[in-house]
Amino acid sequence: MVRFIVRRLLLSIVTLFIILLVVFALTRVFPSDPAKQLAGPFASEERVAQLTESLGLDDPLPTQFFRLVRDVVTLDFGESFSQPGVRVIDLVRPALWNSAKLVFLALMITLPLSIVGGIVAARKKDTIIDRSIVSFGLASASIPDFVSGVLLQFIIGVQLGWLPSISNAPADAGFFGQLEYILLPALAILFVYFGYIARITRAGAVTALDSDYARTAYMKGMSTSEVVRKHVLKNALQPTVAVTGTQMGYLFGGLVGLERVFNYPGLGNLILRAALAPDFPLLQTSVVAVAVIFMIATLTSDLIIAWMNPRARLDVGEN
Amino acid sequence: MTDIDNSGAETEGASSGSMAPAQDRKTVKQEQRKELFATPSFIIGAVILSFWVLCSIVPGLFTKWGENEVIRLADGSTIPRTGPGANAWFGTDTIGNDVFARVIYGADNVLINAPISALIAVLAGAVLGLTMGYYRGLVDEILSRIIEAILSLPVILLALMVVVVFGNSRIVIVLTIAALFTPVVARTVRSAVTSEAQLDYVMSAKLRGESGWFIMMKEIFPNITNVLIVEFTVRVGYAIFTVATLSFLGLGAGDQSAADWGVDIANGYSLIQSGQWWISIFPALAIASLVISVNLIADSIEKVYNS
Repeated sequence: MVRFIVRRLLLSIVTLFIILLVVFALTRVFPSDPAKQLAGPFASEERVAQLTESLGLDDPLPTQFFRLVRDVVTLDFGESFSQPGVRVIDLVRPALWNSAKLVFLALMITLPLSIVGGIVAARKKDTIIDRSIVSFGLASASIPDFVSGVLLQFIIGVQLGWLPSISNAPADAGFFGQLEYILLPALAILFVYFGYIARITRAGAVTALDSDYARTAYMKGMSTSEVVRKHVLKNALQPTVAVTGTQMGYLFGGLVGLERVFNYPGLGNLILRAALAPDFPLLQTSVVAVAVIFMIATLTSDLIIAWMNPRARLDVGEN
Repeated sequence: MTDIDNSGAETEGASSGSMAPAQDRKTVKQEQRKELFATPSFIIGAVILSFWVLCSIVPGLFTKWGENEVIRLADGSTIPRTGPGANAWFGTDTIGNDVFARVIYGADNVLINAPISALIAVLAGAVLGLTMGYYRGLVDEILSRIIEAILSLPVILLALMVVVVFGNSRIVIVLTIAALFTPVVARTVRSAVTSEAQLDYVMSAKLRGESGWFIMMKEIFPNITNVLIVEFTVRVGYAIFTVATLSFLGLGAGDQSAADWGVDIANGYSLIQSGQWWISIFPALAIASLVISVNLIADSIEKVYNS
């Protein structure tokens, strides 16, 4: 187990290094000169040259890349280009926290609903209930997040007036008050993931319900719900856990469109802003944050699976 | 939208197909096609998709208004921001254009860019996956690590960075999406090829002294075409998603006044609060119906191949 974790961490470092290289290469070929942009359209040549030097943009590329790696290792990301004097970390931290709130609420709604949906579909396999769940899931999961966001905002936020349709909670709203304001974007995430997770859970549950151990449990006289609770869930949920882990990167950094619809200051929004500015330190730091979250999430989901299934412990050790 | 990793199921389908002798392969294909055309979800998907394809080829068939033509009533007055009614079925936007005409004309951007990028991604991913899965070794190991790294970041995040860097021309958008989808295709193809490469027919071709290129193209490739077709249809769905999102973020291809669903939603979504919902809701429904139709088709094809 320890060997597995160490191996995974080492591979994560390799992955992170490649990501840094990609991000670095992209930011270095940006057509616009950030120093010129920062200095403003009427700045003198000297001012631009001075900025270029102070930002280290005229250093050789390997030096600049090494500096980026050092910043990541020491967790010191420097100052923002677009907001001079503001530390990048102070811009990323609140965005990360906002994204975390949204992801937390979305998963609190999505996971139970889609797991129940998947298990119900598996138990009623090939009936109209099964088909409706699977078809609804397929349809809703196909729709881009920002499109479901716009549709939900219109129907639930404006037409029905059930929920606030913008995500800016009043300053005096408590933690739960804030959650109410992000319920609509969270519902849009439910739309995206319900079908996907329900489908994976259904497939896992169908296999588990058909298995020898489930049959043995039935023969011991257990009721169906007991069999599901005690034997099926633990096995059926392993793919669900794996999938949830792999989607964390998208949930934290990929909801650029959805966050724009609700004007939500999450990481996706920050990344869009940083790319358009362009603000290299901010962009690099937020992308690294997304990558690190992805790594932690997939490692955690692997560990949860290993804990759920002793056989998987052997498998992950091998791979 | 999520990325469904169904490489395992596809590999299974591919290898069972390869077990069948070559003369049976044709009848299997025919039966699969028959089964596909009898699947209700495939028919529904195909009908909706055909409608949008028709819109992108001959938009004039469905509307008398142009995409940038301001609706004028008989007395010459214009009617911007008017709700759905007799003069404009889907209402008019802030300029006074017909939203219905914008929806019809908006189909082509997505319907040209998405399939082309999916096709390039599948071709590039097939070449990469075949090479990696057949030769294995150090190159495979290195490429696999790069693929893992790229797949750990959301596609849209990388796409928006690349498009900001290289500009939002059509060719940049198509190639960016193709490049970002290539790793996931390569991974799927690689796993299919890896299991094919262990089968007897590949072994006997090797013993015959065939070249690696011949074995990959003539022996393995025909047995993974199902994987590639499924992969293509699935990728088209994701490509539509990405193209539309880029447009919505203001990074779409070409001229921003041309009708485009993503652009039109971006221009209209803030007006939902003030009651002018039709400007953004109709293009939103258009995107939704298109991606649902593509996914219905992809799902039916996958089911038929894996059954």
